[in-house]
Amino acid sequence: MKYRSVFDIIGPAMIGPSSSHTAGAARIGRMARNMLGETPKRADILFCGSFAQTYRGHGTDVAIAGGLMGFDTFDTKIKDALSIAKDVGLEINISTVDLPDEHPNTAWITMSNDKECIKIKGISLGGGKIEIVESGGFDMCLTGDAWTMLVFHRDHYGMIAAIASVLADHRINIGKMEMYRTARGQEALLVIETDQGIDMETSHKISSIQDVGRVSVVPPL
Amino acid sequence: MNFRTIEELVLLAEKEGKQISEIMILEEAEASDMTPEQITSRMSLHLDTMEKAVQRGLSEEVISRSGLVGGDARKLQGYLKQGTNVSGKRMLEVVSRAIATNEVNAAMGTIVATPTAGASGVIPGCLFGLSEEMNVDRDQMLRFLFTAGAIGYVIANQSFISGATGGCQAEVGSASAMAAGAIVEMAGGTPGQLAQAVAIALKNTLGLVCDPVAGLVEVPCVMRNAMGAANAMVAADLALAGVTSVIPADEVIGAMYRIGQAMPGTLKETALGGLATTPTGEAIRKKLYNEFPDEDKEDI
Repeated sequence: MKYRSVFDIIGPAMIGPSSSHTAGAARIGRMARNMLGETPKRADILFCGSFAQTYRGHGTDVAIAGGLMGFDTFDTKIKDALSIAKDVGLEINISTVDLPDEHPNTAWITMSNDKECIKIKGISLGGGKIEIVESGGFDMCLTGDAWTMLVFHRDHYGMIAAIASVLADHRINIGKMEMYRTARGQEALLVIETDQGIDMETSHKISSIQDVGRVSVVPPL
Repeated sequence: MNFRTIEELVLLAEKEGKQISEIMILEEAEASDMTPEQITSRMSLHLDTMEKAVQRGLSEEVISRSGLVGGDARKLQGYLKQGTNVSGKRMLEVVSRAIATNEVNAAMGTIVATPTAGASGVIPGCLFGLSEEMNVDRDQMLRFLFTAGAIGYVIANQSFISGATGGCQAEVGSASAMAAGAIVEMAGGTPGQLAQAVAIALKNTLGLVCDPVAGLVEVPCVMRNAMGAANAMVAADLALAGVTSVIPADEVIGAMYRIGQAMPGTLKETALGGLATTPTGEAIRKKLYNEFPDEDKEDI
């Protein structure tokens, strides 16, 4: 079930004109920002399908820019997000591509701050509902419904147990967990949805585990 | 949620002896960590946002970014006050509020997606247009939204609610079916009659394409919201009169899904077909583009 709550249907409260192209785009931008941990310095946005054909009319560009600065769907600043982005030093480049096999509302965001560069792929399902379906070369499904932690690490035995035990120490319950790896012993990603919020201390403890790389904590939308 | 189809939703309500709205609140409470009171309070904020959008659309001169739409809700209200009309007061109160909300949406104002922004006028139009006429209290208005939400929950998971995946039938069609069912409950109808209203309303919008002029949520979206609200009223009355749909609601939802799958991409919110590519539609797009000469044109 893609839609899990009555508020996925009645809601969100939002700035018009389109729940998929404006509110959904703002949410993709905000999820991307949360995955990076801060507002990026630069974001290259690639739209395909309906996003590519109609992004200007729907304000998809302003909405995604607003999301990258942390604006929620109902934030009236979304309307001026492109000029606000200039003021806060966020460089935005938009381009389009024609890929008929992709979901009709797909956006890729390649964003960077001073330290790193992350590429994500988001799709907008309608009614403001979104999914982040790719990040760092891994396929995934982030919905923004729950607290989510992304733990990039090197694949070997005991990693999941070590990470889970830190969560257990902090009384954080795991609702859903998915493991992805490029190959045995290679780069891997653990995506963990939790019932409780994940604080800085917990994420620091996890990132200090040996062979753990980047840790992103993504709050629910 | 303990229901996936309209049939299951109706059976659940009948078995428990409850209204669809009550079932929705209880199911939401079970699926989330919120109490029924918290869920109702959260919906109450949405009701406030909707009311503000309706009031703004009726009282202000709201014009869209492109200038293509705006002011029609007020025009209709003026016409209604002047006396004679064809559809009757109740219908025009509903339709003018549907238009008002969608005009605010087109102007990048604040609305609540129900289930989407493009179709955001239908449900508040019916709700606020009828609430005064039918003298219902705030509690009943909140219930209206939960009932509509329950129907939309089924449609969204069994089919789709976005124009880009299913055409306008998935947006205004779904909103119209949700409103039709919610009107039936508010008017004192049974869950079984509600399912008939859903089936009738959705049947009548099957095949509706999403062909926005210049890719804006303006033309024909605002008028489609007027139609969606009117269609919901008619479907609700038919169901309350005891008329039944030969094709049951869940099968209509399935048909909408298959029709949406078969619909070409040019008619699914790409502005590459239908009204968007009429001579006037093309001319509007070109005119809007010339006002933004720095934008690249080859990808349109």
